[in-house]
Amino acid sequence: MRLLVAAILSGLVFGLGVTISGMNNPEKVLDFLDIAGNWDPSLALVLAAATGIAGLSFRYILKRRCPIFGTKFHLPLSNDIEFRLVLGAGIFGIGWGIVGLCPGPAISTLLLGRWQAYVFLAAMIAGMICYQWIDARLTVLRESAATS
Amino acid sequence: MEHFTPVSALLGGLLIGVAAVILLLFNGRIMGISGITRGIIHPVPKDVLWRVLFLVGLIVAPLVYTALSGEAVAIHMTRSLPALIIGGFLVGLGTCTANGCTSGHSVCGLGRFSRRSLVVTVTFLFTSMITVYVLRHIVGVAS
Repeated sequence: MRLLVAAILSGLVFGLGVTISGMNNPEKVLDFLDIAGNWDPSLALVLAAATGIAGLSFRYILKRRCPIFGTKFHLPLSNDIEFRLVLGAGIFGIGWGIVGLCPGPAISTLLLGRWQAYVFLAAMIAGMICYQWIDARLTVLRESAATS
Repeated sequence: MEHFTPVSALLGGLLIGVAAVILLLFNGRIMGISGITRGIIHPVPKDVLWRVLFLVGLIVAPLVYTALSGEAVAIHMTRSLPALIIGGFLVGLGTCTANGCTSGHSVCGLGRFSRRSLVVTVTFLFTSMITVYVLRHIVGVAS
């Protein structure tokens, strides 16, 4: 129960941050990405402030044996920089550049009466399902290559 | 640079950082929106409800903002249907392949000084800027 309250509070604070900074306005994001045009550096400040808070506090949080409500910290285990990461980031960047929305800000616009948000999110979910499908196929191929 | 809004950008960024602190400190979770969403699409038993509630908080946040400030949320979405479909699909496919998006890698990952997240952030900033350059200055898409 306490875990759920913390989750909804975190989502609410995140959504307020996204809304106040204007990051769920695709136009504003695209103006940041358009360094050759009428550049709007706002997103860089959003990122600097958010990452700054995380960078200052995460190291102290992670010194704890476990989180306040949970039983353990769920952190990514890998430190390897795989080709996969660069490829995925490259693909994500192209999509972000076409529309000006990334997952969090896109979801935050669902109740604001824009049909575009629903189309974008439906396509995003299709992309996620497609990844799962490709990943499963590749795993099968890799296993059959290993056994033959 | 007349669209630059430094005060609201810093304030909003601080809140995004605080949200990441709340989720890690209390629940031990990394605040990555693509990962949170993936865990709903491909659910693991007993690991779904907190994700749904996080997204509920995110979805109602703009309404809370309007209720508190009295200001409507300014959103300009001018992209065509095919652009939304292609862009959305690439964002879904890319964030899964890269194990995260802006919130997971650029806020939480960089906050943990992860080299993986730095590589991901630099890469998607590069390809997104190229994409916007091509669309706005070569193809000539308005806005």
